[in-house]
Amino acid sequence: MTPLLVIASKELRDSLRNRWLIAATLVFTGLALAITLFGGAASGTVGITNLPATLASLASLTTFLVPLMALMLAYDAIVGEDEQGTLLLLLAYPLNRTTLLLGKYLGHALLLAIAMSAGFAVAALALLGLSDLDASTVLMAFGRFTLASLLLGWVCLALGYLISVYVSEKSTAGGVALGVWFIMVLLFDLILLAVLVATEGHVLSDTLPWLLLANPTDIYRLLSLNDAQGALTGVLALGDGLPRQPLLQWGALLVWGALPLLLALRRFRTRHV
Amino acid sequence: MTILNLSSVTFRYGNGAGVENLSLTLGPGEMLGLLGHNGAGKTTTIKLMLGLLTPSQGDVTVLGNRPDSADSRKNIGYLPENVRFYPHLTGRESIEYFARLKGVPPAQARRTLETVGLGHAADRKVRTWSKGMMQRLGLAQALLGQPRLLILDEPTVGLDPVATRDLYQRLNELRANGTAVVLCSHVLPGIERYLDNVAILSDGQMVVQGSVPELRRQANLPVQIRVRGLADREAVQRQFSDDIIRQVNAHGLELDVDEHHKLDRLAALLDHHPQDVEVHAPSLEDLYCHFMQQHGGLNP
Repeated sequence: MTPLLVIASKELRDSLRNRWLIAATLVFTGLALAITLFGGAASGTVGITNLPATLASLASLTTFLVPLMALMLAYDAIVGEDEQGTLLLLLAYPLNRTTLLLGKYLGHALLLAIAMSAGFAVAALALLGLSDLDASTVLMAFGRFTLASLLLGWVCLALGYLISVYVSEKSTAGGVALGVWFIMVLLFDLILLAVLVATEGHVLSDTLPWLLLANPTDIYRLLSLNDAQGALTGVLALGDGLPRQPLLQWGALLVWGALPLLLALRRFRTRHV
Repeated sequence: MTILNLSSVTFRYGNGAGVENLSLTLGPGEMLGLLGHNGAGKTTTIKLMLGLLTPSQGDVTVLGNRPDSADSRKNIGYLPENVRFYPHLTGRESIEYFARLKGVPPAQARRTLETVGLGHAADRKVRTWSKGMMQRLGLAQALLGQPRLLILDEPTVGLDPVATRDLYQRLNELRANGTAVVLCSHVLPGIERYLDNVAILSDGQMVVQGSVPELRRQANLPVQIRVRGLADREAVQRQFSDDIIRQVNAHGLELDVDEHHKLDRLAALLDHHPQDVEVHAPSLEDLYCHFMQQHGGLNP
Protein backbone atom coordinates (compact mmCIF):
# COMPACT_ATOMS: atom_id res chain seq x y z
CA MET A 1 0.00 0.00 0.00
CA THR A 2 1.28 3.45 -0.84
CA PRO A 3 1.64 6.00 2.00
CA LEU A 4 -1.31 7.93 0.51
CA LEU A 5 -3.62 4.95 0.96
CA VAL A 6 -2.15 4.04 4.36
CA ILE A 7 -3.05 7.50 5.63
CA ALA A 8 -6.47 7.57 3.96
CA SER A 9 -7.39 4.17 5.38
CA LYS A 10 -6.36 5.25 8.86
CA GLU A 11 -8.82 8.16 8.65
CA LEU A 12 -11.54 5.73 7.56
CA ARG A 13 -10.79 3.31 10.37
CA ASP A 14 -10.61 6.09 12.95
CA SER A 15 -14.10 7.25 12.08
CA LEU A 16 -15.45 3.70 12.10
CA ARG A 17 -14.02 3.39 15.57
CA ASN A 18 -15.31 6.66 17.00
CA ARG A 19 -18.64 5.98 15.25
CA TRP A 20 -18.53 9.22 13.27
CA LEU A 21 -19.32 7.29 10.10
CA ILE A 22 -22.32 5.45 11.51
CA ALA A 23 -23.65 8.62 13.14
CA ALA A 24 -23.27 10.66 9.95
CA THR A 25 -24.89 7.94 7.85
CA LEU A 26 -27.84 7.75 10.26
CA VAL A 27 -28.25 11.51 10.20
CA PHE A 28 -28.34 11.63 6.40
CA THR A 29 -30.64 8.61 6.19
CA GLY A 30 -33.02 9.91 8.82
CA LEU A 31 -33.11 13.36 7.32
CA ALA A 32 -33.66 12.17 3.76
CA LEU A 33 -36.34 9.69 4.84
CA ALA A 34 -38.17 12.26 6.92
CA ILE A 35 -38.22 14.81 4.12
CA THR A 36 -39.22 12.24 1.55
CA LEU A 37 -42.08 10.83 3.61
CA PHE A 38 -43.31 13.93 5.41
CA GLY A 39 -41.91 16.75 3.26
CA GLY A 40 -45.42 17.74 2.17
CA ALA A 41 -46.68 18.20 5.72
CA ALA A 42 -46.21 21.96 5.50
CA SER A 43 -48.61 22.10 2.56
CA GLY A 44 -51.16 20.00 4.37
CA THR A 45 -50.48 16.52 3.01
CA VAL A 46 -48.70 13.63 4.65
CA GLY A 47 -46.97 11.21 2.32
CA ILE A 48 -45.12 11.42 -0.93
CA THR A 49 -45.61 14.73 -2.72
CA ASN A 50 -43.55 15.08 -5.87
CA LEU A 51 -39.91 14.61 -6.74
CA PRO A 52 -38.84 18.26 -7.37
CA ALA A 53 -40.49 19.45 -4.14
CA THR A 54 -38.86 16.62 -2.18
CA LEU A 55 -35.41 17.43 -3.52
CA ALA A 56 -35.92 21.14 -2.92
CA SER A 57 -36.79 20.61 0.75
CA LEU A 58 -33.95 18.14 1.13
CA ALA A 59 -31.52 20.68 -0.37
CA SER A 60 -32.63 23.40 2.02
CA LEU A 61 -31.53 21.20 4.90
CA THR A 62 -28.33 19.79 3.40
CA THR A 63 -27.26 23.36 2.61
CA PHE A 64 -26.84 23.85 6.35
CA LEU A 65 -25.84 20.39 7.40
CA VAL A 66 -23.25 19.32 4.81
CA PRO A 67 -20.92 22.35 5.24
CA LEU A 68 -21.11 22.01 9.00
CA MET A 69 -20.24 18.31 8.98
CA ALA A 70 -17.42 18.75 6.48
CA LEU A 71 -15.87 21.71 8.27
CA MET A 72 -16.05 19.94 11.64
CA LEU A 73 -14.39 16.89 10.10
CA ALA A 74 -11.58 18.87 8.50
CA TYR A 75 -10.70 21.79 10.73
CA ASP A 76 -8.27 19.86 12.97
CA ALA A 77 -6.82 17.58 10.27
CA ILE A 78 -3.38 19.18 10.35
CA VAL A 79 -3.39 21.48 13.37
CA GLY A 80 -4.80 18.63 15.47
CA GLU A 81 -1.92 16.32 14.59
CA ASP A 82 0.47 19.18 15.27
CA GLU A 83 -1.01 19.90 18.68
CA GLN A 84 -1.12 16.20 19.52
CA GLY A 85 2.58 15.88 18.70
CA THR A 86 2.20 13.24 15.99
CA LEU A 87 2.79 15.58 13.03
CA LEU A 88 6.51 15.92 13.75
CA LEU A 89 6.89 12.16 13.81
CA LEU A 90 4.86 11.62 10.62
CA LEU A 91 6.89 14.20 8.72
CA ALA A 92 10.11 12.34 9.55
CA TYR A 93 8.74 9.30 7.69
CA PRO A 94 9.32 8.56 4.00
CA LEU A 95 6.36 10.58 2.77
CA ASN A 96 6.18 14.16 1.63
CA ARG A 97 3.79 16.74 2.96
CA THR A 98 1.61 16.69 -0.14
CA THR A 99 1.04 12.95 0.34
CA LEU A 100 0.14 13.41 4.00
CA LEU A 101 -2.38 16.17 3.34
CA LEU A 102 -3.92 14.49 0.29
CA GLY A 103 -4.08 11.14 2.10
CA LYS A 104 -6.04 12.64 4.95
CA TYR A 105 -8.25 14.57 2.53
CA LEU A 106 -8.92 11.42 0.55
CA GLY A 107 -9.96 9.59 3.71
CA HIS A 108 -12.31 12.37 4.77
CA ALA A 109 -13.72 12.73 1.25
CA LEU A 110 -14.50 9.01 1.16
CA LEU A 111 -16.19 9.22 4.57
CA LEU A 112 -18.55 11.93 3.35
CA ALA A 113 -19.19 9.94 0.18
CA ILE A 114 -20.11 6.78 2.10
CA ALA A 115 -22.36 8.54 4.60
CA MET A 116 -24.21 10.62 2.00
CA SER A 117 -24.58 7.94 -0.66
CA ALA A 118 -25.94 5.47 1.88
CA GLY A 119 -28.34 7.99 3.39
CA PHE A 120 -29.72 9.33 0.14
CA ALA A 121 -29.89 5.89 -1.46
CA VAL A 122 -32.19 4.70 1.32
CA ALA A 123 -34.42 7.72 0.75
CA ALA A 124 -34.48 7.17 -3.00
CA LEU A 125 -35.46 3.52 -2.52
CA ALA A 126 -38.18 4.49 -0.08
CA LEU A 127 -39.54 7.01 -2.57
CA LEU A 128 -39.51 4.37 -5.30
CA GLY A 129 -41.22 1.80 -3.12
CA LEU A 130 -43.99 4.09 -1.90
CA SER A 131 -44.82 5.93 -5.12
CA ASP A 132 -45.41 5.09 -8.74
CA LEU A 133 -42.70 7.47 -9.95
CA ASP A 134 -40.49 6.39 -12.82
CA ALA A 135 -37.43 4.58 -11.43
CA SER A 136 -34.87 6.06 -13.80
CA THR A 137 -36.14 9.61 -13.21
CA VAL A 138 -35.90 9.21 -9.44
CA LEU A 139 -32.47 7.60 -9.57
CA MET A 140 -31.09 10.21 -11.95
CA ALA A 141 -32.43 13.08 -9.88
CA PHE A 142 -31.20 11.61 -6.61
CA GLY A 143 -27.86 10.77 -8.24
CA ARG A 144 -27.39 14.36 -9.35
CA PHE A 145 -28.50 15.61 -5.96
CA THR A 146 -26.08 13.28 -4.12
CA LEU A 147 -23.22 14.30 -6.39
CA ALA A 148 -23.91 17.99 -5.87
CA SER A 149 -24.17 17.53 -2.07
CA LEU A 150 -20.96 15.54 -2.13
CA LEU A 151 -19.19 18.21 -4.13
CA LEU A 152 -20.34 20.81 -1.62
CA GLY A 153 -19.00 18.59 1.16
CA TRP A 154 -15.65 18.25 -0.57
CA VAL A 155 -15.47 22.02 -1.11
CA CYS A 156 -16.04 22.57 2.62
CA LEU A 157 -13.47 19.89 3.47
CA ALA A 158 -10.94 21.79 1.37
CA LEU A 159 -11.85 25.04 3.16
CA GLY A 160 -11.44 23.22 6.48
CA TYR A 161 -7.98 22.01 5.45
CA LEU A 162 -7.02 25.53 4.44
CA ILE A 163 -7.98 26.72 7.93
CA SER A 164 -6.16 23.78 9.47
CA VAL A 165 -2.80 24.53 7.86
CA TYR A 166 -2.95 28.27 8.51
CA VAL A 167 -3.75 28.48 12.22
CA SER A 168 -1.46 27.24 14.96
CA GLU A 169 -4.05 26.18 17.53
CA LYS A 170 -6.87 23.72 17.26
CA SER A 171 -9.31 25.90 19.20
CA THR A 172 -8.67 28.80 16.82
CA ALA A 173 -9.26 26.51 13.87
CA GLY A 174 -12.61 25.43 15.34
CA GLY A 175 -13.68 29.04 15.78
CA VAL A 176 -12.64 30.06 12.29
CA ALA A 177 -14.42 27.03 10.82
CA LEU A 178 -17.66 27.97 12.57
CA GLY A 179 -17.26 31.53 11.32
CA VAL A 180 -16.79 30.33 7.74
CA TRP A 181 -19.88 28.14 8.07
CA PHE A 182 -21.93 31.06 9.39
CA ILE A 183 -20.85 33.29 6.50
CA MET A 184 -21.54 30.60 3.93
CA VAL A 185 -25.00 29.58 5.05
CA LEU A 186 -26.36 32.83 6.44
CA LEU A 187 -24.36 36.04 6.40
CA PHE A 188 -23.44 36.09 2.73
CA ASP A 189 -27.05 35.79 1.57
CA LEU A 190 -28.21 38.26 4.16
CA ILE A 191 -25.79 40.91 2.90
CA LEU A 192 -26.69 40.25 -0.73
CA LEU A 193 -30.35 40.52 0.16
CA ALA A 194 -29.78 43.74 2.07
CA VAL A 195 -28.01 45.28 -0.94
CA LEU A 196 -30.83 44.17 -3.20
CA VAL A 197 -33.55 45.57 -0.99
CA ALA A 198 -31.77 48.81 -0.14
CA THR A 199 -31.08 49.63 -3.77
CA GLU A 200 -34.37 48.21 -5.00
CA GLY A 201 -32.36 46.11 -7.37
CA HIS A 202 -31.08 49.04 -9.40
CA VAL A 203 -27.41 48.98 -8.43
CA LEU A 204 -25.05 46.45 -9.89
CA SER A 205 -27.94 44.51 -11.30
CA ASP A 206 -25.60 42.88 -13.81
CA THR A 207 -22.92 41.99 -11.29
CA LEU A 208 -24.96 40.81 -8.33
CA PRO A 209 -26.10 37.53 -9.87
CA TRP A 210 -22.49 36.58 -10.46
CA LEU A 211 -21.77 37.18 -6.79
CA LEU A 212 -23.79 34.05 -6.10
CA LEU A 213 -20.86 32.15 -7.53
CA ALA A 214 -18.69 33.58 -4.74
CA ASN A 215 -20.50 31.40 -2.23
CA PRO A 216 -20.32 27.63 -2.73
CA THR A 217 -23.55 27.01 -0.83
CA ASP A 218 -25.43 29.32 -3.22
CA ILE A 219 -23.96 27.50 -6.21
CA TYR A 220 -25.07 24.27 -4.59
CA ARG A 221 -28.60 25.55 -4.10
CA LEU A 222 -28.82 26.74 -7.68
CA LEU A 223 -27.55 23.39 -8.81
CA SER A 224 -29.93 21.33 -6.76
CA LEU A 225 -32.86 23.50 -7.81
CA ASN A 226 -32.23 22.82 -11.48
CA ASP A 227 -34.30 19.70 -11.00
CA ALA A 228 -37.01 21.63 -9.19
CA GLN A 229 -37.59 23.65 -12.37
CA GLY A 230 -38.20 27.31 -11.75
CA ALA A 231 -39.15 28.69 -8.35
CA LEU A 232 -35.94 30.50 -7.42
CA THR A 233 -36.96 32.41 -4.33
CA GLY A 234 -35.30 34.80 -1.92
CA VAL A 235 -31.74 35.73 -2.70
CA LEU A 236 -31.54 32.90 -5.20
CA ALA A 237 -33.90 34.88 -7.43
CA LEU A 238 -30.67 36.58 -8.45
CA GLY A 239 -29.82 33.30 -10.13
CA ASP A 240 -32.28 34.23 -12.84
CA GLY A 241 -29.72 36.77 -13.97
CA LEU A 242 -27.20 33.97 -14.55
CA PRO A 243 -27.09 31.82 -17.61
CA ARG A 244 -28.82 28.67 -16.37
CA GLN A 245 -25.97 26.49 -17.35
CA PRO A 246 -25.50 23.43 -15.16
CA LEU A 247 -21.98 23.20 -16.54
CA LEU A 248 -21.16 26.68 -15.20
CA GLN A 249 -22.46 25.69 -11.76
CA TRP A 250 -20.63 22.36 -11.63
CA GLY A 251 -17.48 24.07 -12.85
CA ALA A 252 -17.71 26.82 -10.25
CA LEU A 253 -18.14 24.25 -7.49
CA LEU A 254 -15.14 22.30 -8.73
CA VAL A 255 -13.01 25.44 -8.70
CA TRP A 256 -14.22 26.09 -5.17
CA GLY A 257 -12.95 22.63 -4.21
CA ALA A 258 -9.62 22.71 -6.02
CA LEU A 259 -8.49 26.21 -5.13
CA PRO A 260 -8.52 25.97 -1.32
CA LEU A 261 -6.94 22.54 -1.52
CA LEU A 262 -4.08 23.84 -3.67
CA LEU A 263 -3.61 26.81 -1.35
CA ALA A 264 -3.60 24.48 1.65
CA LEU A 265 -0.95 22.27 0.02
CA ARG A 266 1.21 25.29 -0.74
CA ARG A 267 0.94 26.65 2.77
CA PHE A 268 1.56 23.24 4.37
CA ARG A 269 4.86 22.91 2.53
CA THR A 270 6.27 25.92 4.37
CA ARG A 271 4.59 25.37 7.74
CA HIS A 272 7.10 24.98 10.59
CA VAL A 273 6.70 21.93 12.77
CA MET B 1 31.58 6.04 4.08
CA THR B 2 29.73 8.88 5.80
CA ILE B 3 26.28 8.36 7.25
CA LEU B 4 25.52 11.94 8.19
CA ASN B 5 27.22 15.12 7.13
CA LEU B 6 26.50 18.73 8.01
CA SER B 7 28.79 21.30 6.44
CA SER B 8 28.63 24.94 7.57
CA VAL B 9 24.89 24.78 8.13
CA THR B 10 23.06 27.94 9.08
CA PHE B 11 19.35 28.29 9.75
CA ARG B 12 17.42 31.19 11.24
CA TYR B 13 13.83 31.33 12.39
CA GLY B 14 11.84 34.52 11.92
CA ASN B 15 12.60 35.63 15.48
CA GLY B 16 16.36 35.41 14.99
CA ALA B 17 16.90 32.15 16.88
CA GLY B 18 18.49 29.27 15.02
CA VAL B 19 21.86 27.69 14.45
CA GLU B 20 24.97 29.07 12.83
CA ASN B 21 27.76 27.49 10.89
CA LEU B 22 27.42 23.93 12.20
CA SER B 23 29.63 21.20 10.83
CA LEU B 24 29.34 17.56 11.87
CA THR B 25 30.29 14.20 10.43
CA LEU B 26 29.12 10.80 11.57
CA GLY B 27 30.43 7.47 10.30
CA PRO B 28 28.93 3.95 10.57
CA GLY B 29 28.61 2.68 14.14
CA GLU B 30 29.51 6.01 15.66
CA MET B 31 27.52 7.66 18.40
CA LEU B 32 27.42 11.43 18.72
CA GLY B 33 26.22 13.19 21.85
CA LEU B 34 24.51 16.47 21.06
CA LEU B 35 24.53 18.49 24.27
CA GLY B 36 23.36 21.94 25.21
CA HIS B 37 20.94 23.88 27.39
CA ASN B 38 17.31 24.47 26.49
CA GLY B 39 17.11 26.65 23.42
CA ALA B 40 20.73 25.96 22.46
CA GLY B 41 19.60 24.72 19.06
CA LYS B 42 19.61 20.94 19.59
CA THR B 43 16.11 20.39 18.29
CA THR B 44 16.69 22.76 15.37
CA THR B 45 19.84 20.79 14.50
CA ILE B 46 17.83 17.56 14.60
CA LYS B 47 15.15 19.02 12.35
CA LEU B 48 17.86 20.04 9.90
CA MET B 49 19.25 16.48 9.99
CA LEU B 50 15.76 15.17 9.22
CA GLY B 51 15.20 17.63 6.41
CA LEU B 52 12.22 19.14 8.23
CA LEU B 53 13.99 22.49 7.98
CA THR B 54 16.00 23.63 4.99
CA PRO B 55 19.27 25.39 5.82
CA SER B 56 19.67 28.92 4.51
CA GLN B 57 23.37 28.18 4.05
CA GLY B 58 25.37 24.99 3.95
CA ASP B 59 24.47 21.40 3.20
CA VAL B 60 22.99 18.42 5.01
CA THR B 61 23.33 14.92 3.57
CA VAL B 62 22.24 11.53 4.88
CA LEU B 63 23.99 8.64 3.11
CA GLY B 64 24.94 11.09 0.39
CA ASN B 65 21.34 12.15 -0.32
CA ARG B 66 19.13 15.02 0.73
CA PRO B 67 17.69 14.16 4.15
CA ASP B 68 14.09 14.63 2.99
CA SER B 69 14.41 12.18 0.10
CA ALA B 70 12.43 8.94 0.47
CA ASP B 71 15.69 6.93 0.30
CA SER B 72 17.19 8.81 3.22
CA ARG B 73 14.02 8.71 5.25
CA LYS B 74 13.73 4.92 4.93
CA ASN B 75 17.16 4.72 6.56
CA ILE B 76 16.46 7.15 9.39
CA GLY B 77 14.87 6.28 12.70
CA TYR B 78 13.74 9.24 14.77
CA LEU B 79 12.53 9.47 18.35
CA PRO B 80 11.20 12.98 19.07
CA GLU B 81 11.39 14.53 22.51
CA ASN B 82 8.21 13.76 24.50
CA VAL B 83 7.00 11.43 21.76
CA ARG B 84 3.25 10.99 21.59
CA PHE B 85 0.90 8.69 19.74
CA TYR B 86 -2.75 8.44 18.80
CA PRO B 87 -4.46 7.76 22.15
CA HIS B 88 -7.30 5.77 20.59
CA LEU B 89 -5.02 3.21 18.93
CA THR B 90 -3.53 0.19 20.68
CA GLY B 91 0.21 -0.36 20.78
CA ARG B 92 0.00 -2.94 18.02
CA GLU B 93 -2.13 -0.71 15.79
CA SER B 94 0.24 2.20 16.35
CA ILE B 95 3.38 0.31 15.44
CA GLU B 96 1.68 -1.31 12.43
CA TYR B 97 0.57 2.08 11.13
CA PHE B 98 4.09 3.46 11.27
CA ALA B 99 5.48 0.25 9.81
CA ARG B 100 3.17 0.51 6.80
CA LEU B 101 4.27 4.11 6.27
CA LYS B 102 7.88 2.93 6.24
CA GLY B 103 7.18 -0.13 4.09
CA VAL B 104 8.05 -2.57 6.88
CA PRO B 105 6.03 -5.84 7.14
CA PRO B 106 3.55 -5.86 10.08
CA ALA B 107 5.04 -9.08 11.49
CA GLN B 108 8.39 -7.35 11.88
CA ALA B 109 6.65 -4.41 13.53
CA ARG B 110 5.10 -6.70 16.13
CA ARG B 111 8.51 -8.27 16.81
CA THR B 112 9.98 -4.82 17.34
CA LEU B 113 7.26 -4.19 19.91
CA GLU B 114 8.36 -7.36 21.72
CA THR B 115 12.02 -6.38 21.72
CA VAL B 116 11.30 -3.14 23.58
CA GLY B 117 9.30 -5.11 26.16
CA LEU B 118 5.82 -3.97 25.17
CA GLY B 119 4.48 -7.35 24.08
CA HIS B 120 2.22 -7.57 27.11
CA ALA B 121 0.62 -4.16 26.45
CA ALA B 122 0.25 -4.50 22.68
CA ASP B 123 -3.53 -4.78 22.76
CA ARG B 124 -4.15 -1.95 25.19
CA LYS B 125 -4.95 1.55 24.04
CA VAL B 126 -2.03 3.95 24.21
CA ARG B 127 -4.29 6.29 26.23
CA THR B 128 -3.81 4.04 29.26
CA TRP B 129 -0.03 3.80 28.98
CA SER B 130 2.61 5.28 31.27
CA LYS B 131 5.21 7.77 30.07
CA GLY B 132 7.91 5.10 30.09
CA MET B 133 5.83 2.79 27.90
CA MET B 134 5.15 5.61 25.47
CA GLN B 135 8.88 6.27 25.33
CA ARG B 136 9.55 2.61 24.54
CA LEU B 137 6.91 2.65 21.80
CA GLY B 138 8.69 5.71 20.44
CA LEU B 139 11.90 3.76 20.43
CA ALA B 140 10.22 0.80 18.73
CA GLN B 141 8.97 2.95 15.86
CA ALA B 142 12.44 4.49 15.50
CA LEU B 143 13.94 1.00 15.20
CA LEU B 144 11.55 -0.07 12.42
CA GLY B 145 13.29 -1.25 9.27
CA GLN B 146 16.83 -1.36 10.69
CA PRO B 147 17.71 2.30 10.22
CA ARG B 148 21.30 3.25 9.44
CA LEU B 149 20.93 6.55 11.24
CA LEU B 150 19.13 6.79 14.56
CA ILE B 151 18.30 10.23 15.92
CA LEU B 152 17.16 10.10 19.53
CA ASP B 153 15.97 13.24 21.31
CA GLU B 154 16.03 12.70 25.09
CA PRO B 155 15.45 8.94 24.83
CA THR B 156 15.88 8.18 28.52
CA VAL B 157 13.26 10.58 29.88
CA GLY B 158 10.70 8.50 31.75
CA LEU B 159 12.82 5.35 31.64
CA ASP B 160 13.91 3.63 34.86
CA PRO B 161 17.61 2.74 35.29
CA VAL B 162 17.14 -0.84 34.08
CA ALA B 163 15.29 0.28 30.96
CA THR B 164 17.96 2.92 30.36
CA ARG B 165 20.71 0.31 30.50
CA ASP B 166 18.67 -1.91 28.16
CA LEU B 167 18.41 1.00 25.75
CA TYR B 168 22.15 1.58 25.63
CA GLN B 169 22.81 -2.14 25.25
CA ARG B 170 20.42 -2.25 22.30
CA LEU B 171 22.10 0.81 20.81
CA ASN B 172 25.47 -0.91 21.13
CA GLU B 173 24.15 -3.95 19.26
CA LEU B 174 22.85 -1.70 16.48
CA ARG B 175 26.13 0.15 16.31
CA ALA B 176 27.98 -3.11 15.94
CA ASN B 177 25.91 -3.57 12.77
CA GLY B 178 26.88 -0.15 11.48
CA THR B 179 24.02 2.07 12.65
CA ALA B 180 25.13 5.59 13.51
CA VAL B 181 23.42 7.29 16.45
CA VAL B 182 22.81 10.92 17.31
CA LEU B 183 21.87 11.24 20.97
CA CYS B 184 20.44 14.42 22.42
CA SER B 185 20.36 14.38 26.17
CA HIS B 186 20.15 16.47 29.29
CA VAL B 187 21.12 13.51 31.42
CA LEU B 188 24.91 13.53 31.26
CA PRO B 189 26.04 11.10 33.98
CA GLY B 190 26.66 7.64 32.64
CA ILE B 191 26.47 8.34 28.94
CA GLU B 192 30.08 9.32 28.24
CA ARG B 193 31.30 5.76 27.89
CA TYR B 194 28.86 5.23 25.01
CA LEU B 195 29.75 8.37 23.08
CA ASP B 196 32.42 8.42 20.39
CA ASN B 197 31.99 12.13 19.92
CA VAL B 198 30.47 15.02 21.77
CA ALA B 199 29.19 18.26 20.32
CA ILE B 200 28.24 21.02 22.74
CA LEU B 201 25.89 23.72 21.47
CA SER B 202 25.08 27.07 22.99
CA ASP B 203 22.94 29.83 21.51
CA GLY B 204 22.95 28.08 18.15
CA GLN B 205 26.72 27.85 17.96
CA MET B 206 29.11 24.94 18.28
CA VAL B 207 31.03 25.51 21.50
CA VAL B 208 33.29 22.50 21.17
CA GLN B 209 33.36 19.17 19.40
CA GLY B 210 35.47 16.03 19.79
CA SER B 211 35.85 12.72 21.58
CA VAL B 212 35.67 12.71 25.38
CA PRO B 213 39.47 12.18 25.77
CA GLU B 214 40.09 15.01 23.29
CA LEU B 215 37.82 17.30 25.27
CA ARG B 216 39.64 16.31 28.47
CA ARG B 217 42.98 17.25 26.96
CA GLN B 218 41.58 20.50 25.64
CA ALA B 219 39.94 21.43 28.94
CA ASN B 220 42.98 20.34 30.92
CA LEU B 221 40.90 19.97 34.08
CA PRO B 222 42.65 18.39 37.08
CA VAL B 223 42.09 14.81 38.09
CA GLN B 224 40.71 14.48 41.58
CA ILE B 225 42.33 11.94 43.91
CA ARG B 226 40.64 11.27 47.20
CA VAL B 227 42.46 9.32 49.90
CA ARG B 228 41.04 8.24 53.24
CA GLY B 229 42.41 6.79 56.46
CA LEU B 230 45.85 8.39 56.35
CA ALA B 231 47.97 7.79 59.50
CA ASP B 232 49.99 10.98 59.03
CA ARG B 233 47.98 13.48 57.08
CA GLU B 234 50.34 16.42 57.67
CA ALA B 235 53.23 14.56 56.08
CA VAL B 236 51.18 14.00 52.94
CA GLN B 237 50.08 17.62 52.85
CA ARG B 238 53.70 18.74 53.07
CA GLN B 239 54.83 16.34 50.37
CA PHE B 240 52.11 17.37 47.88
CA SER B 241 52.01 21.07 48.66
CA ASP B 242 52.30 21.89 44.93
CA ASP B 243 48.89 20.37 44.24
CA ILE B 244 45.65 21.96 45.31
CA ILE B 245 44.67 20.10 48.40
CA ARG B 246 41.59 19.94 50.63
CA GLN B 247 41.02 18.19 53.93
CA VAL B 248 38.21 15.68 54.06
CA ASN B 249 36.95 14.16 57.32
CA ALA B 250 39.50 13.46 60.01
CA HIS B 251 42.07 11.49 58.08
CA GLY B 252 41.21 12.15 54.45
CA LEU B 253 42.53 14.43 51.73
CA GLU B 254 41.38 15.50 48.28
CA LEU B 255 44.04 16.43 45.72
CA ASP B 256 43.57 18.14 42.36
CA VAL B 257 46.45 16.91 40.24
CA ASP B 258 47.44 17.51 36.67
CA GLU B 259 46.42 14.71 34.28
CA HIS B 260 50.12 14.10 33.39
CA HIS B 261 51.13 13.59 37.01
CA LYS B 262 48.26 11.35 37.93
CA LEU B 263 50.18 8.08 38.10
CA ASP B 264 53.24 9.54 39.89
CA ARG B 265 51.04 11.07 42.54
CA LEU B 266 49.07 7.88 42.99
CA ALA B 267 52.21 5.82 43.45
CA ALA B 268 53.61 8.32 45.95
CA LEU B 269 50.31 8.44 47.83
CA LEU B 270 50.18 4.66 48.13
CA ASP B 271 53.48 4.79 50.06
CA HIS B 272 51.53 6.43 52.88
CA HIS B 273 49.27 3.33 53.12
CA PRO B 274 45.82 4.95 52.94
CA GLN B 275 42.80 2.76 53.67
CA ASP B 276 41.09 3.79 50.42
CA VAL B 277 41.79 5.72 47.21
CA GLU B 278 39.33 7.09 44.68
CA VAL B 279 40.35 8.66 41.37
CA HIS B 280 37.95 10.90 39.48
CA ALA B 281 38.79 11.94 35.95
CA PRO B 282 36.75 15.00 34.89
CA SER B 283 33.30 13.69 33.99
CA LEU B 284 31.33 14.70 30.94
CA GLU B 285 29.34 16.92 33.30
CA ASP B 286 32.55 18.67 34.45
CA LEU B 287 33.66 19.11 30.85
CA TYR B 288 30.26 20.44 29.84
CA CYS B 289 30.26 23.00 32.66
CA HIS B 290 33.85 23.97 31.88
CA PHE B 291 33.22 24.67 28.21
CA MET B 292 29.92 26.39 28.89
CA GLN B 293 31.59 28.66 31.44
CA GLN B 294 34.33 29.40 28.95
CA HIS B 295 31.71 30.27 26.38
CA GLY B 296 29.95 32.48 28.92
CA GLY B 297 26.70 30.67 28.40
CA LEU B 298 26.21 29.09 31.81
CA ASN B 299 24.00 30.75 34.38
CA PRO B 300 25.70 31.12 37.77
